[in-house]
Amino acid sequence: MNLFKSKLATLSALALAASISSASAKDTITVAMQLEPPHLDPTSAAAGAIDNVVYSNIFEGLTRFMADGSVVPGLAESWSISSDGLSYTFNLRKGVKFHDGTDMDANDVKFSLDRARAEDSTNAQKGLFKGIESVSVAGSHTVEVKLSAPNGKFLFNMAWGDAVIVAPESIENIKTTPIGTGAFKFANWVQGDKIDITRNDNYWGTPAILSAATFKFISDPTAAFAAMMAEDVDAFPGYPAPENLAQFDADSRFQVIIGSTEGETILSTNNKAEHLNNVKVRQAIAHAINRQAIVDGAMFGYGTPIGTHFAPHNPAYVDLTGNSNYDPDKAKALLAEAGYPNGFTTTLKLPPPSYARRGGEIIAAQLRAVGIETEISNLEWAQWLEQVFRGKDYGLTIVSHTEPMDIGIYANPDYYFQYDNKVFQDLMEELNNTTDPAGRTKLLQQAQRIISEDYVNGYLFQLAKLGVAKAEIMGLWPNSPTQAIDLTNVHWH
Amino acid sequence: MLRYTLKRLISLVISLIIASFVIFFVIEIAPGDPASFMLGINAQPETLAALKEELGLNIPKHERYLSWVAGMLSGDFGMSYTYRTPINQMIADRMWVSLPLAVYALLISTLLAFPVGIYAATNRGKGGDITIMGATQLGIAVPNFWFAMIMVLIFAINLRWFSAGGFPGWEKGFFLCLKSLTLPALSLALPQAAILSRVMRSSLLDVLSEDYIRTARAKGLNKRQSLWRHALRNAMIPVLTIIGLQFAFLMAGSIIIEQVFFLPGLGRLVFQAISQRDLIVVESVVMILVFSVIIVNFIVDLSYAAVDPRLRNRV
Repeated sequence: MNLFKSKLATLSALALAASISSASAKDTITVAMQLEPPHLDPTSAAAGAIDNVVYSNIFEGLTRFMADGSVVPGLAESWSISSDGLSYTFNLRKGVKFHDGTDMDANDVKFSLDRARAEDSTNAQKGLFKGIESVSVAGSHTVEVKLSAPNGKFLFNMAWGDAVIVAPESIENIKTTPIGTGAFKFANWVQGDKIDITRNDNYWGTPAILSAATFKFISDPTAAFAAMMAEDVDAFPGYPAPENLAQFDADSRFQVIIGSTEGETILSTNNKAEHLNNVKVRQAIAHAINRQAIVDGAMFGYGTPIGTHFAPHNPAYVDLTGNSNYDPDKAKALLAEAGYPNGFTTTLKLPPPSYARRGGEIIAAQLRAVGIETEISNLEWAQWLEQVFRGKDYGLTIVSHTEPMDIGIYANPDYYFQYDNKVFQDLMEELNNTTDPAGRTKLLQQAQRIISEDYVNGYLFQLAKLGVAKAEIMGLWPNSPTQAIDLTNVHWH
Repeated sequence: MLRYTLKRLISLVISLIIASFVIFFVIEIAPGDPASFMLGINAQPETLAALKEELGLNIPKHERYLSWVAGMLSGDFGMSYTYRTPINQMIADRMWVSLPLAVYALLISTLLAFPVGIYAATNRGKGGDITIMGATQLGIAVPNFWFAMIMVLIFAINLRWFSAGGFPGWEKGFFLCLKSLTLPALSLALPQAAILSRVMRSSLLDVLSEDYIRTARAKGLNKRQSLWRHALRNAMIPVLTIIGLQFAFLMAGSIIIEQVFFLPGLGRLVFQAISQRDLIVVESVVMILVFSVIIVNFIVDLSYAAVDPRLRNRV
């Protein structure tokens, strides 16, 4: 009996030791994402899936976003701005090497910025580089960028994934073999299945804690649930099925990570369409919508109601939800005032995401209650881009505008809202020429008020970032200030 | 036999030419273009024009059709718009998942259906037959993705015997891959097996009531001998037809199953390519599928002739 007991004790001690060593030895991670990147060049496509894999992991820019959305030095160690705001001198970090062993220097920066703003550039955010007049090399690690007009957002723009620094030596195959300066190196891509990255041991900064990581592509929400539950994957930072988050929350093996995104989800309105060109009608729609009901019904409670096109977590945000509080009687009165006491019929074109499809049904019901009938049609993204975004052939649509700080789109009269307001356009012009933070905040708040009071669109809610991960994983970004799954600080507890 | 083969071959070539024409022009008129999909909503108009130029989307449709067909004849499908990798390579990689999956599913469904169908036919009207008929009715009615989800729930989430999906890659070992294809193959195979066993049963029942079977029995063969020597072979023609159709279905129809089990197969490639308007990939994959369906039908035609010698001289 004694012998048996001691054996048992040894066994359990062994088992314990084994489990401890296996836990501490775990330094790899499998991260799932819903969409597969088409290729891995963040400077020539809009796909967020590309940035998810490469942003900060493989590629870095002059500046970069932190998890809280702040912009900090990246490959540029420091910079100075001329007093007229037209000239930026960047001092680059020394000793930074690309993954192929070549040095990162001023020539690479000039190459990257010139490539992005070139005539034949295929950069999806070419607008970020529009104000650049010239880029010149002022020393092996000094670059001078001249702007045609002051731009208070310039350092912010340089933090985007579309503005990362690439090398002329490796540009040819960047789409399939990305060579950057980041803490991870690209290792392997099995198309349709996964991408592997490994730690860059020659990284200039704090090295990554994980030795390797795998991004796996799981598009179906049911499959996503199964893969997490079966522990095939360790984390799903953009989890596609809010309906089963409660189940993960109740399971001690997992943690649910809820954060904010830059996605203002709006009922985009064609300001030139019949009926909708009347501000009273748009105001009526705003009062007919019950935002909380949409957040509860379409997003299972995740999301913050908004009253303008601005992220609530931004310090410059003004809460204007009061301008469009839920008041169906007021909506009916406004419709009658506008000359449509019996309502009217318009189109509601919905892209694929569930916030649009589910939200669309709810909005259609709420609008019907005040007399507005909607003809719903479900579109694929490619159709949506062609019909709604470029063709402007729509009355209403629902979409989340995920670009950070994009209130400037309201200054473009050709944008698909077709909102043309000279006052707003001048305000944006003034904002671009303002670099002091207090002045910018004031102008931004004024801008939020204008579009809120003009009821350009129906402002619905700020999209939440929903993530699921194993309970022991630390260091994932809770929020999404830009599209990224930054793994440089991720580790197992 | 030669004449028969030749005639079948000519109809195969004509089918392929018509198919390539229809596929190309039907898919090309789909709304939406790959360049604007890739560049998203902040793209500048001149960027869009530059990308269209780079992708060759400005070339007229009929010229693109001719160069696509010419490329295919030399075994080259061209480059994917979105991935910018050769389509040949993409299809070849995906084929190594989809083809084994289809073959595996077909094997399972055949191995299940034959004994079940034979058993049901030879025990017509008895308890076993009635149970089987009921079960197969259910098998046909239930969609394969539902089977897939139920199996994932039981075997991956609760029992943890299998992973919920994914494919390790053949270099990781044959049995590991076979294991990862087992649940998808089963979920594809079960509804097919249900159909096939019903066809097997009814075809065998028809044959068993033929005069020559009675003659065989009268000659002194017992039930089992007459079944194996005469009935089965003659019952095979409709069964082979169904197997041929099923293979085509399994190649083309695994799109949903590949989504449920996140397998990097052809179905998933088509699904992604459609939403990204990577039209050249869609056209090429559909063409490959049509090609394999036509080839399988060709083989089925030839095997009719092997099973039934009368067909060799008749055309």
